Amino acid sequence: MFRACFRLLCTAMLSVMLGTHLARADNTDGYDPWPGLVQDIFNNRPMNDGGGVIAIEMPYRAEDAAIVPVKLRTTLSPDDSRSVRTITLVIDRNPAPMAAKFELGRDANVTEISTRVRVNSYTDVHAVAELSDGKLYVVKTYVKASGGCSAPAAKNVEEAKNRLGQMRFRQFATSDQDRAKGVREAQIMIGHPNNSGLQMDQLTQLYIPAFFVDQLKLWQDDSLVLAMEGGISISEDPNLRFTYVSNGAKRFRAEARDTDGHVFRNEWDIDKPGI
Amino acid sequence: MVRLASIAIFLALLCASTSAQAQQQALAVTEIAPGVFVHEGVTALMTRENEGAIANVGFIIGDSGVAVIDTGGSVREGERLLAAIRARTDEPIRYVINTHAHPDHVFGNAAFAHEGTLFVGHSNCPRALATRGQFYIDNFRRIMGHELINPVRLMAATVLVDGTLTLDLGSRALVLRAWPTAHSDNDLTVLDVKSGTLFAGDLVFLRHVPVLDGSLRGWLKALDELSAISAQRVVPGHGHVSEWPAALADERRYLQTLLSDVRTLFARGRPIAEAARQAASSERSHWELFDDYNARNATAAFSEIEWE
Repeated sequence: MFRACFRLLCTAMLSVMLGTHLARADNTDGYDPWPGLVQDIFNNRPMNDGGGVIAIEMPYRAEDAAIVPVKLRTTLSPDDSRSVRTITLVIDRNPAPMAAKFELGRDANVTEISTRVRVNSYTDVHAVAELSDGKLYVVKTYVKASGGCSAPAAKNVEEAKNRLGQMRFRQFATSDQDRAKGVREAQIMIGHPNNSGLQMDQLTQLYIPAFFVDQLKLWQDDSLVLAMEGGISISEDPNLRFTYVSNGAKRFRAEARDTDGHVFRNEWDIDKPGI
Repeated sequence: MVRLASIAIFLALLCASTSAQAQQQALAVTEIAPGVFVHEGVTALMTRENEGAIANVGFIIGDSGVAVIDTGGSVREGERLLAAIRARTDEPIRYVINTHAHPDHVFGNAAFAHEGTLFVGHSNCPRALATRGQFYIDNFRRIMGHELINPVRLMAATVLVDGTLTLDLGSRALVLRAWPTAHSDNDLTVLDVKSGTLFAGDLVFLRHVPVLDGSLRGWLKALDELSAISAQRVVPGHGHVSEWPAALADERRYLQTLLSDVRTLFARGRPIAEAARQAASSERSHWELFDDYNARNATAAFSEIEWE
């Protein structure tokens, strides 16, 4: 027994010296943060399989750690009596895993939301939908971290500061079929550095304070289309592209708040209002 | 018996590892002009096997001192660069110049931490190290292992360049120039006036596909000004030492193609993920490591163009 243990110890020491035990580039360390996250974020509520309810699309590799596109789609069949109320996006191994919680307007029928997130590490990414039946439905994907000199930080800090609070709204052409059903596609961009607060200044040993958009609400006239509670995993210059169904409103409105208490508001004419 | 064998192997490995560290074989360098030495990095990603030696690093010897330009992707590489310097001169190393804060250029800094050696960089360089450095260390520890990464220190420059600065190595002037955001937001070039050699850092890539971590439009603008610099040859951040300014042609074409493609995709209302797959794909055959960086460049470029 002792001899076996000793041999094991030797092997372990050898592998330490050769560095082989950490040669893995993925996080197959056996530790899965998800159960703890279900407890912390979802209060341990039961998780149901989200197949047929929600889908998540991300590239297999985070090409740019600071800007990883993610697309969430609701996939409930049109005759399903349930509807999606919220979608929570969780990047398991990020320093602040809860990236965003989206609230879908009751009458807006949002079926697609695309945004961009920071990805710090090799990680599972979960999307959890809460339906009108009060239950949670989960799907997940896996993203490999970026390599090279990519980092989940700003590329052009001055430019990011200059854009603070600027908002842009864009409307996209949709197919004739969608248009007939009143389905619109739009995008909102907010200039903001979205600093994580996790970056230490090596000279002062002080953390650079967190400064990010924590709330964003979008309306067509006075009817909520989409709201987002954002965290530090949302990329610099938060960017949402989404579909919704027009209620005939003529104005689209946006309001964003950040952690310093700034409130940014803007509104735009909707192209060809009406259904 | 098994136990003895294990101990023997253990000790043998321990000895091998210690003596390898003691020797620090000098990095192979070429004297590209009198007093100007360059080690060309391999065109690859940083790995345990290549010890992070993927960027071009070099040094310039004047009458009264030496300037080191970039220190490589590990302290091991930095130590080997130091050994190459010591094989050629006993003059003091007065300056260590970082052309920007990327890991393949600064991870060797700790090898040069001696009294009297000043670290020089772009005025934005310390901030870039502050916001990215720990991420780089964590990321590359996973890829390159503890042994190579544990000694890495994030040593920020204390002599900061904003505009231009001339350093004197003794009958040898180095003109340093800090650039507006281009490849990164802390690019610094070094011109050795005596030999007409421009150390361009990652403002210039050859063979190795350019990597965008700053501003695409800024980079293209910088290329116009950069090409006006009077020099005979360039030491790019990656790729062979080449004639100046002819060396810029491939990079300019790539960046212009990328810009034009992302603008077209944006105007058509296409999503960023599609830009990552398509933009600049016509450039694939011209570059190494294209699939490692192009999608990333396209992603960064698209997010920049959206705010035009």
